[in-house]
Amino acid sequence: MSEGFYIQNRQFVVFKLGTEEYGVDIQNVTTIEKMLPITRVPKAPHYIKGVINLRGDIIPVIDIKEKLGLGTFEETDETRIIILQLKDIPFGVIVDEVDEVLQLREETIENVSNFTNDLSLDYISGVGKVDDRIVSLLNFKKLIDIDETGSEKDEN
Amino acid sequence: MDMSQYLEIFIDESKEHLQLLNQSLLSLEQNPQDRAVLDEIFRVAHTLKGMSGTMGFSKMTKLTHDMENVLHAIRNGELKINPDLLDLLFKCLDALENYTENVVNTGSEGDNDYAGLIDSLNAVLDKKAQGSQKAPSLKIEKEEKTDKPVYKTANFKLSEFEQNAVKKAYSMGMNVFEITVVFNESCLLKSARAFIIFQALERHGEIIKSVPKVEDIEDEKFDFEFTVVCIAKEEASTFSKEINQISEVKEVIIKPLDPEKLNESQLEENEDLSGVSNLQSDKKDGEGVREGNKSKVMSHKTKTGKTVRVDIDRLDVLMNLVSELIIIKTRLEGIEDIDASKNYAEAVEYLERITTSLHDSVMKVRMVPVELVFNRFPRMIRDISRELGKDIVLTMTGTETELDRTVIDEIGEPLIHLIRNSADHGIEPKEVRERLGKSPSGHINLKAYQVGNNVVIEVEDDGQGIDLEKVKQKAVERGFLKKDMVNNLSQKEAIDLLFKPSFTTSDKITDLSGRGVGLDVVKTKIEQLGGAVEVETEKGVGSKFIIRLPLTLAIIQALLVVIGDEKYAIPLNSTKEIIKITPEQIKMIQNQEVILLRNMVVPIVRLNKILEVPGDHDEKKNMTVVIVKKGEKTSGFLVDSLIGQREVVIKSLGKLLSGIKYIAGATILGDGNVALILDVNSLAV
Repeated sequence: MSEGFYIQNRQFVVFKLGTEEYGVDIQNVTTIEKMLPITRVPKAPHYIKGVINLRGDIIPVIDIKEKLGLGTFEETDETRIIILQLKDIPFGVIVDEVDEVLQLREETIENVSNFTNDLSLDYISGVGKVDDRIVSLLNFKKLIDIDETGSEKDEN
Repeated sequence: MDMSQYLEIFIDESKEHLQLLNQSLLSLEQNPQDRAVLDEIFRVAHTLKGMSGTMGFSKMTKLTHDMENVLHAIRNGELKINPDLLDLLFKCLDALENYTENVVNTGSEGDNDYAGLIDSLNAVLDKKAQGSQKAPSLKIEKEEKTDKPVYKTANFKLSEFEQNAVKKAYSMGMNVFEITVVFNESCLLKSARAFIIFQALERHGEIIKSVPKVEDIEDEKFDFEFTVVCIAKEEASTFSKEINQISEVKEVIIKPLDPEKLNESQLEENEDLSGVSNLQSDKKDGEGVREGNKSKVMSHKTKTGKTVRVDIDRLDVLMNLVSELIIIKTRLEGIEDIDASKNYAEAVEYLERITTSLHDSVMKVRMVPVELVFNRFPRMIRDISRELGKDIVLTMTGTETELDRTVIDEIGEPLIHLIRNSADHGIEPKEVRERLGKSPSGHINLKAYQVGNNVVIEVEDDGQGIDLEKVKQKAVERGFLKKDMVNNLSQKEAIDLLFKPSFTTSDKITDLSGRGVGLDVVKTKIEQLGGAVEVETEKGVGSKFIIRLPLTLAIIQALLVVIGDEKYAIPLNSTKEIIKITPEQIKMIQNQEVILLRNMVVPIVRLNKILEVPGDHDEKKNMTVVIVKKGEKTSGFLVDSLIGQREVVIKSLGKLLSGIKYIAGATILGDGNVALILDVNSLAV
């Protein structure tokens, strides 16, 4: 993802965790699934809820709320698993609700590191503003420590 | 032009030929007079030369060419085969193997030109020449045809654009050549050849036109000749030298551009336009191809080496089964009333049969004969026996036994360890053998055969066997054992000591073995593959290493168990038996829960605790224990209930969960849920 290659607009899948809105770059999203039975994996990191069978593939699923310190998910009709793929590593993320696909202009995305040095904000790569809404854009590479398993440095 | 598509073929064929060369050289060593073998070697060297030439691997070509010269001299009786000469040829083989390895890894032959080898090859020839005074006719015979055929590609016209380029070149004092290249009629990869020639030419000048067009040459849409117009500073001789180095070129005609072609023209304005665009697209193509080629080569790094050659018959069977699968699908779709129809049961039964056969055939596609691993051993034994000064005969049986490709890839290293072990530690020196009344040459027997769902590979030698007393003594010295325990040690336990990390009985460390990194590596590797190693040994008579390997790694038989609300699979090959116990039978020894099973103490592992299964676990009156074996030891896994035996497909948990303790993988159950496969080795006490 080289800089400058992007056209001004980027698309994000916007989802809710509790009441807050978050976004993930649509290029990383493979599919969005309804809740599936999750098999717990013993000794896995606490935020990895387990694995699911996605049409024959075994995919680990992350409770993103727990990872972000927002409690844990409660299953409702709106609960979805967003299947992402980063650096060839597929994984699912449990979210409370998937809202829409949002187009954000590059200049409306603000870099958060400018106004805080709180560590938990490390997981957020930027904040998109649309009208009155604020969408936190998640940095999944940081979130799942993909640098440890993957090879390259994060470039967002 | 993209060479990478040929690269794969080249690699496969080179490997085959090198293997053949290896075998032939070995048999030549046994029967130096065997003319047929010599011819075979010559043929192989020649083919390799041709192939590497085609691919533009000039160093490989040079080496094989010089080998060929030496072999030619042997064939003519001008040279006698002696051990030194054979050693030299074996070294050449190693060098060629290195080249091929480089090609596999990087897509190019590498920088090593093995000048020393080539010098010694030539030295051998020189000696011969001095001896017989007859000058060796080293130069490649070339057909010198006097009758000039008419080259149809030489008739072309230059577009205005091209003419301008030529005029400009002339004004700058550059040369413009018209180069016609004619290939041998036997030339197989014409476009690849042409690509090499283009590359060679572009190193010295710029190609402004080619007849036929570059695209057509790429697609092999030309006979055996093509003509290019090239602008360059260099003289014609540079080009002729360059092109003549490329093999399978029959003839090169280089002449200054016919001035007539410059003046002829203005009539063809319409064509000019297309000519210009052609030229540009040609150029673009050229660049694109070069880059494309590079990136292909890069991606090649990871791609090669993981292929399986499949018998077309096996694919046909697969094809058939898949079509039957489609038929049954249609049939099932046609059944509307599931309950009433007896057709339904029939169809399901049919489906079951097809899936079983499908599974079998797909497994067979992945199977390759152990020969692939075995065939490097004769050479190894030859080298070892020369090095150690021992006479060792290697016999191999059951080389056609088949194993899964993934297993084959991993099994080579442990086998090398075992064979070296046998040769170094096992087989005694000749004098000792004679004194003991054994045959002077030692025997190593490599045997592969299938037993049920396992393949067994045995490495047997008739050497001195393993001195278990010495093993025990060493173990005490190295602190693996307490002195007073030595006498209680069973033979099995003593042998187990051999597989302890950094254990060696050898007093001196040789180049081959004795560093003590051997057997534990063998054991770990084979256990990783889901197999097991056993040793049988008798002092003074010999020893036998027995390796048991599963046929495939992808599908296993497993025992499904329930713990709390969760289901887990335990690989059946590590389960021994299932027993029922009452809570009173569990005793405590040194803070470890154990049970007595037929007078054996078996430690108990409470899976619900170790796997942190949520929920309460009341002590039930009847408890189910799955007895598993880890090597020679047993443990009892306490589970809540059993579901039964299933054939499960092993799937990985993925990178994110790699290295998770206690879990070896996952599988998908009939109801679509995921069950985890337990890693017995890490769970057992």
